[in-house]
This record gives sequence, structure tokens and C-alpha cells, in this order.
Amino acid sequence: MGGGFGERARLQVPAPRSDLSEPEPVVSELDKPKRDLEVPGDWTYASAPESRDIVRIAERYGHFVGGEWLEPAETYETIAPRDEEPLAAVGQGTRADVDCAVAAARAAYADGWSSLSGSERAKYLFRIARLLQERSREFAVLESLNGGKPIKESRDVDLPLAAAHFFYYAGWADKLEYAFPNRRPRPVGVAGQIIPWNFPLLMLAWKVAPALACGNTVVLKPAETTPLSALLFCDVLRQAELPPGVVNIVTGDGRTGAALVEHDGVDKIAFTGSTEVGKGIQRRLAGSGKRLTLELGGKAANIVFDDAALDQAVEGIVNGIYFNQGHVCCAGSRLFVQESIYEPLVAKLQRRLSTLRVGDPLDKNTDIGAINSAAQLEKIRELVASGEQEGAEIYQPPCTLPEKGYWFAPTVFTNVAQSYRIAQEEIFGPVLSVLTFRTPEEAIEKANNTPYGLSAGVWTEKGSRILWMAQRLRAGVVWANTYNRFDPSSPFGGYKESGFGREGGRHGLEPYLEFDR
Amino acid sequence: MAQAPALPAGFELPLEARLPRIGAVDAVALEERAASLAKRSIKREAKVWALLLAIRTTDLTTLEGADTPGKAAALASKARRPDPSDASVPPVAAVCVYPNLVPAVRERLAGSDVKVAAVATGFPSGQYPTAVKLADVRSALELGADEIDMVIDRGAFLSGRYAKVYDEVAQVKEACGGAHLKVILETGELGTYDNVRRATLLAIAAGADFVKTSTGKIAPAATLPVALCMLEAIRDVYEETGRRVGFKAAGGIRQAKQAVQHLVLVHETLGPEWLTPELYRLGASSLVNDVLMQLRKERTGAYQSPDYFTLD
Repeated sequence: MGGGFGERARLQVPAPRSDLSEPEPVVSELDKPKRDLEVPGDWTYASAPESRDIVRIAERYGHFVGGEWLEPAETYETIAPRDEEPLAAVGQGTRADVDCAVAAARAAYADGWSSLSGSERAKYLFRIARLLQERSREFAVLESLNGGKPIKESRDVDLPLAAAHFFYYAGWADKLEYAFPNRRPRPVGVAGQIIPWNFPLLMLAWKVAPALACGNTVVLKPAETTPLSALLFCDVLRQAELPPGVVNIVTGDGRTGAALVEHDGVDKIAFTGSTEVGKGIQRRLAGSGKRLTLELGGKAANIVFDDAALDQAVEGIVNGIYFNQGHVCCAGSRLFVQESIYEPLVAKLQRRLSTLRVGDPLDKNTDIGAINSAAQLEKIRELVASGEQEGAEIYQPPCTLPEKGYWFAPTVFTNVAQSYRIAQEEIFGPVLSVLTFRTPEEAIEKANNTPYGLSAGVWTEKGSRILWMAQRLRAGVVWANTYNRFDPSSPFGGYKESGFGREGGRHGLEPYLEFDR
Repeated sequence: MAQAPALPAGFELPLEARLPRIGAVDAVALEERAASLAKRSIKREAKVWALLLAIRTTDLTTLEGADTPGKAAALASKARRPDPSDASVPPVAAVCVYPNLVPAVRERLAGSDVKVAAVATGFPSGQYPTAVKLADVRSALELGADEIDMVIDRGAFLSGRYAKVYDEVAQVKEACGGAHLKVILETGELGTYDNVRRATLLAIAAGADFVKTSTGKIAPAATLPVALCMLEAIRDVYEETGRRVGFKAAGGIRQAKQAVQHLVLVHETLGPEWLTPELYRLGASSLVNDVLMQLRKERTGAYQSPDYFTLD
């Protein structure tokens, strides 16, 4: 003890560090130099791209069979249509691949899926619906990248509707007896499903949800140009812990589809695509005992009467033909305008076209995205050339199209006769043909004068006329003062060469069930 | 601006029989179109451009029973120089007050280009005899107003007395002389978009220089669908007659984001020619500080506390 204060150990003061710099003076935000933003002379919207980072695309994908990834014998490249960037290598499904998939589906069916109670099946469907909602942004970005449609559409239409379909059919899974009282509904077995490239994930939902709800198992072939969202969907199936083999995905082109259609182990085929291919499938299946539903093309009449709310009718017309670049089977591709308002309506329509923004599908302000493929672009160009040649008058708003990728400006043809190819054949692009009519009877006659019969639109403020027209239009779906409205509870499908069978609603269960009576 | 109003096609007087057949508007489609335009993503330079335009087209407003010359003068100071720390922020278009406050505002605005707008015609209800309304207009002009914001007689409109509504607007326009007339429809009381369209065309036919959505005293006021409905009517008049009528969105616009959405509506419906204080106004009070906050954020990268933006 001793020493007192004098002998207290000296505090060791460390030498000042030589590697530290002087502290920065604190500067108030108000005093910081202001970033001089280049204010443009006019109001051009700056680009607003959605980030790609949210989705991870593998370099190579196999086929998803029996809950596992099957190494593909042969692959092909799938690209982004906005700039032809290669995205991934995916399998070109062979007969052997299809065979494996069907066998896996059969095994899963027999193994218990068909005898699982409806409420248990429902739980898987609810899980899938919920997962789609949670991963919605990821899927939307992928869909826009691989397919070409604007992110605004994949985010606000495709994804919500896809999740909604799974929710809706989850609700039916344990109520089949009520859906078809006294008919003893039972699943069909293994369903082979072939879907198109215009709404890749949504079409997958339209096919898979009712099939599973009814106790069937599935082999699905996505479209050749848009396999990626279906392949990412397999990850959702893994997360949902769906029993292996209940849903199998085999990618490839038309040959893979043909192999699936012809396979003896498949009990039912569901096809959405062109009328030409649909007819081929129907011929192939004749006498085979396989069940079939077809959802094919259309050449819908969008009919505007002189008492319609004009500005809103123009919105409906634009939505009807330019939504998804016109790659819609139910697109309102024939506009019938009552002659008495022809001029003001066409003037408004042309003016409206000039505010449509064609551009990068991943830009949130884009209204019209890329055409899905070089092949489709060629078809559109050929038909548009035929329109000009046959004497129709073409209008396209001035717009700069990107150099790489597949693009087509929104187009309106006036002075179109019913006999022109652009009024008869499905263009499946952003091309509208405008024709006129004088009376409601004439509108019906001309609207029905087509081998197709998928959808139609009626624009009038007169309620009695809406009902009158709807009764007489030969179309599976009639929209009044609106267009392109979908809901999982509403059955969708066509008359005549637009196919048969319905998807959505209670009607959508029927193709996936066998009945005793 | 003073010229004989050109009537849009099919809009001949007398009005009682004709007006109910004019102006079909589909509500569902209108609301969808407005919602879809509201989704436009306006960023960076485009956003700054819009924010500056919002300031330049604002009618800075106070319409309270408790307004005093002191309060009105303070608002006028704010109108002249919205952001004292940033000289690049322009003054607003006008200050809008009750007639009694016009002299105080005028004095504080002397030497600037900011206009003085007075509400008149028995604002906000309009439930007074025409003679009283006209006297109101005249005295507002005598007190020094450059612009008059009148209200239509909604009681007359909703009971089908369209000619009376028309006459009143025409008489007020006459009393205005060369002063700029805005006609307030009070869309929240009209009930349907069809009625909004009809009232817009009616006001324009009677001589309005501007059509305005609301008094700001009730809700709903300037919603995007209502604004779109009126803009489409303005567009139709322009297409048919070449006459440009201005639009003022007033009531309920408190955030910069809403203001930008309203500007997008005009940009994509009428075109860039309408994006000027001569043809477009935003009636607002607290909006200005929110716009200034957004501008500061675009320039410095950070949001400031409201304390850094003066109330007046």
C-alpha cells in the first residue's frame, strides 16, 4: 500500500494514431451542393426499368419428371424476344422423355393422388396459389423477359389471375359431388396438356388447377418459345411438396407435343393453340377413346354503336387488340363501327394510338412489348402486307422501334372489306381491322360471318341492346362495355372453329371428370 | 381569351330536352383508364420537370371564415417565393382567396407576376339569387381580383333547370369583362360522370375560360377519374371547334405524387400544349411544401424534415 496519489500508476495515454485522418466537418444537408438535374425542355418520361435481379435463371434445364430433373438428351436455346439474348438451354423432349413423364404421372395417379380426399388435394392447390402470390414479382419479371409482354401486364394481370385460378379450383376440389349432383364424378386419369406462348404461366394455371382439383395427374408441355416460367413453376411444386409425378413438365417443340398427343398412356388431351394444330390433334385422336378439349383461335368482333360512351369505347378497343401485343386468342381484331359515328371514333382511335408506348418489356411505362418470336413477326408482316395489297388503308403512329429483337408498331387498317385476309385470318399481332355497319341486325350478321366464335364485344349505353346482341352473337364470351375481362369463376371457350370445352367456373371441371350418368 | 363561345356539335339551345342525352360516360372504363395512367412511373429528370410545373401552375389557396389580412398576406409571400433557399423554384400561378382578402394579397404581390383570384357568386354553395351573385363578382373585381372562380348553381342543375345554370354563367362572364373566369362544377355533388360531362360542356358553352372540379369544401373533390372525364370533354370541344378551355383540379390534392398523376392525365389526354399556367391550374395549399420536399430530395438525395420548409 503506500504511494498515495503521487505513486498512482500513470495512465498510459496511447500515442495518436497516424493513420486516422482529420474528422470531416459536419455539413448540413441544406448547405451541401445541390445536384443540378438536367431538366428537359419537354416532358419525356425517364426510363423506369424493373430489375432483373429478382429472378435467377439457370444455364440449363432438364425435364421435370416424377419430382426430379431428368437430364435431357437434346437441348435448344430459349431467348428474350426484346433483344434476342439467349436465356437458357432447355430440353427438346423426345418420345422417351414423354414416355417417362406419362409413366410417372400414371404411377402417381395410381399411387394415391386419385384416391386422396378432395380436401387434401385442395391443400396442395392452396399452397401453390399462395406461393405464386409470394413469388409473384419474380415470375412476372421472368414472364416478361422470356415472352416479351410488358411488366405492367405480367405483374398486374398474368400473375394475379394465375394465383386466382389455383385458389378457385382449390375450393372445388372437395365439392365435386355438389358440382355434379347425382352424377358420381371421378377423375379421368392422366391428362396431357399443351399450352401456348401468349400467357405461358396463366395457361399453365388454367390447365393444371382444374386437372389436379379433380384428382387427375398431368404431363404438361409448355410452348417452345416460352418454357421458363413453367420450369420455375417446378420450384413452386417442390416448395409445396406436391407428391412426385402429380405434375410433370416436358419441354420441346411441336414434335414433343405430338408425342404426348399420341401416347397411349394418356387419357385426356387439353390443347390451347392455333386452329390448324387443333384440327390436326382432333383428327389424330379420332377413334382413340381419349377425351379432348380445344381452345383455339379467334377473330372477334368488337362492335361500337353510335350511343356508346366514345372515349371509353376507344380504351376498350385499344385494350382489345393491343393488350399483350394482340397475342390473344380472344383479341378484338375486327372493329365494327356504326357508320353514323365512324369519323369521330376513328379520329379518337388514331389519336389514342399516338400515346401508346412501345418499348422494353421490363420498363414499367411500356404499354406494348416485343413480338414473341421471329416466326410470329413474319406472319404479322405477311398479313399486314396483304392488307395493304388488297386495298385497305393502313395507319401506324410514329414510333421508334428498337433495332434488336422482334417489334411491330400498333396498326389500324380502315376501308377493310369482310373478304380481305386481314378480316378473315387471325393475325395474332397488334393489328386492328376497322369495318362499318348500319343496323344491329347487320352487326350480328357480319360479326357471325366467320368460322371462329370465341369472343365478342358490344359497346352501347342501351341495356336492352346489350342483351339482344349477346343472345345473337355466336361467341363463347360476350363483353359489354368492356373487354378482356377474365375471372376463374367465368367459363371461357369458343364456338365453331374456336374449339370446344370450357375453362374456368364449374364448367371447367367437366373435361377432367368421368361420370357414371 | 374573350370571344363568343363556340358550341360543340349537337349542343344547341334550348337545353332542357337535349342535355340528358348528351355525354355518355362509362364509369368502369373511365376509372380503369385513370388508374392505369396513375401507374406511370415518373422518375428523375421527368419527375423534377413535373414538380416544377406543379409549382408554376398552383393556385395557392386559403378559403376560411377565419382568414385575416395578415394570414392572406403571409400566403402571398409564400406564393411569390415558395422556397427561400432555392432561387430556381418558380413562383406559383395565383393566390386564391375570398373577396375581402383581395386587397391584402394584391398589396403583397405587387411587382410580381402572380395573379389574384377571388371566389365569388356565393361561394361555396351558390344558393343565392342571381343578382346577389353578380354583385359579388363585381365587388371582387373592384377590390382588384384578376381572376374569378365562380360556382354553378347545383340546385338548378340537379333539378333540370339547365338554362338557368347556363344563363348565370353567361351573365357572370359578361360581368367579368376581361377578367379570367373559372367555373366550379362541384363534381362531388353531381352524382354521376355523365352529369360531370354535361356540366362541363354546359359551362364551356356559356363562356368559361377554365372549368374547375371543386370548391375544396366537400369530398370527393378532384379525383383522377373526374379529372379525366372533364379533360375528355375539353378535348372534344377543342377537336370540334379549335377553342382551348383550361382545367383546374382543386380539392384533395395534398401530395406531390397526386399532382404528378394529375399532370400525367393532362399530358396523355390533351397533350403537352396544355401543360402551362394559361391552361392548367392546381388548386391547393399544403401541396406546395410536399412538392418542395420532393424537389429537395431529387436534388440532394435525402428527404428533409418539414421544419425546413416555411409555412408562409
